Amino acid sequence: MSENKIIERIKEQFGSIVIDNHDFRGDQTVTVKKTCGNEFFKFLRDDPELAFNFLMDITAVDYFSKKDERFEVVYHFYSLNHNHRLRVKIPVSLEDCIADSITLLWKTANWYEREIWDMYGIKFRNHPNLRRILLYEEFKGHPLRKDYPITKRQPLIGPLN
Amino acid sequence: MSVTEQGLLERDKDTMTLNMGPQHPSTHGVFRVILEMDGEIVKTAEPEIGYLHTGIEKNCENKRYIHVIPMTDRLDYLNPPGNNLAFCLTTEKLLGVEIPERAQSLRVIMCELARIASHLVWLGTHALDIGAMTVFLYCWREREMVLDLNEEVSGVRMMTSYIRVGGVAKDATRPWLDGIRDFIDYFPAKVDEYELLLTNNPIWIDRTQGIGVLSREEAIDWSLSGPALRASGVNWDIRKSHPYSGYEKYSFDVPVYQGGDIYDRYRVRIEEMRQSREIVKQAIEKLPAGDYKTPDNKVSLPPRETLDTSMEALIHHFKLVSEGISVPKGEAYVPIEGPRGEVGFYIVSDGTNIPYRVKLRAPSFMAIPGIWELTYLASQEYSCPT
Repeated sequence: MSENKIIERIKEQFGSIVIDNHDFRGDQTVTVKKTCGNEFFKFLRDDPELAFNFLMDITAVDYFSKKDERFEVVYHFYSLNHNHRLRVKIPVSLEDCIADSITLLWKTANWYEREIWDMYGIKFRNHPNLRRILLYEEFKGHPLRKDYPITKRQPLIGPLN
Repeated sequence: MSVTEQGLLERDKDTMTLNMGPQHPSTHGVFRVILEMDGEIVKTAEPEIGYLHTGIEKNCENKRYIHVIPMTDRLDYLNPPGNNLAFCLTTEKLLGVEIPERAQSLRVIMCELARIASHLVWLGTHALDIGAMTVFLYCWREREMVLDLNEEVSGVRMMTSYIRVGGVAKDATRPWLDGIRDFIDYFPAKVDEYELLLTNNPIWIDRTQGIGVLSREEAIDWSLSGPALRASGVNWDIRKSHPYSGYEKYSFDVPVYQGGDIYDRYRVRIEEMRQSREIVKQAIEKLPAGDYKTPDNKVSLPPRETLDTSMEALIHHFKLVSEGISVPKGEAYVPIEGPRGEVGFYIVSDGTNIPYRVKLRAPSFMAIPGIWELTYLASQEYSCPT
């Protein structure tokens, strides 16, 4: 399946939730509404023409005042069978700072979603264990947000016991 | 309540909670596992990984592109050229610049030498942990040769920062090329020597074969990459599937084993060292003449001698030194095959000289939750013989 057909295939099935798409420098990218739900991701994984069985990465970007919806959760998928890649982006607003967890579909998502919660404060619905992963539980704020100053320091605390 | 909150040692149950690590940062693998033990059997293992978190991504968002390169070295001190390369390839993808063939070959040589050095550290420490001191010393001996080669070409043994946006930092030197030729002649016999010590060694086999088995399905499910994936029977190497920096020009094999256990992961890495040596050999033999960096003066500095005669070169020089590279607006992700698997950078640019967002996709971040399950599986089948 040629690469530019990936987005056509997604639009065929889920046309109503696709907000935007582009292939800047050959990276197939699709932006979908937050309400896409697990059926959309299940389709990406199980559809034989797409077959994205590898979840390479999940991250987030804080657009602060640059976009209406402040955050974007960014997924990178890879298909071993077809050797193609896809980037999926989901806008998330500060007021409703929660997205759906895809841990049930890709185990890999577990730690990535914890990392995003840790760094950006975006929650994931139905995540089995949404705790901080790199920082300690008592840390205040989410350091990769653009309004967290780079010079800010917090005292390290010892173990609870 | 987590295991930590319950205290590190509990005696009111049949099991004992034991704290493994964190080790000192200079030791390999600074990470802590909270183990629940029943005698010598590990019942559960909860990993804690934040000890090496240094906020590099936040730092990258406040530095110019050129200043990010030394930070990428420090992401993984066993594979600085690979991290440099992944960052530079992503930036170059956003910029849309072509890299001269000579620069691409020099990049490949650096990355493959780093792969050899990285696998040597892996093999040495792994064998040391099982009790084979000799292999550790042998591996360090050969790694030292690679580090000396790094020093010759870049001035630094480990944090080379040799690969830059637009090419490499400086051209290959004759002593470096001669040193590599000596190394590729010397190295194969040494790999045979490691194999002589380990491959058929009954203690090694007893402690690695059939231990920590990851099936093909599990490996895919965990989105593993690199040697761990290939030891589970999946033939996937980014150097073959999406060749970058001219890897399609070299003939090399991708070792794949079906066992999925520690022994097969060992065999994959041993064979990869041989194949990396093959790639370096071909790259040295066919090293093209030409520039070692792009002639595009918006990306790399113009030659020093042109500054005296060309006004344009002077302006480019001034702009690059004072402002740095300005990258067009957009986003890109480029993966490369690092020694441990897929290393990728996702960069969002807002059109300025400072990246808006830099995300590193690190292969081991995904391997550890896999290990979490694995240690559990391993402990079910095996306890240390007395």
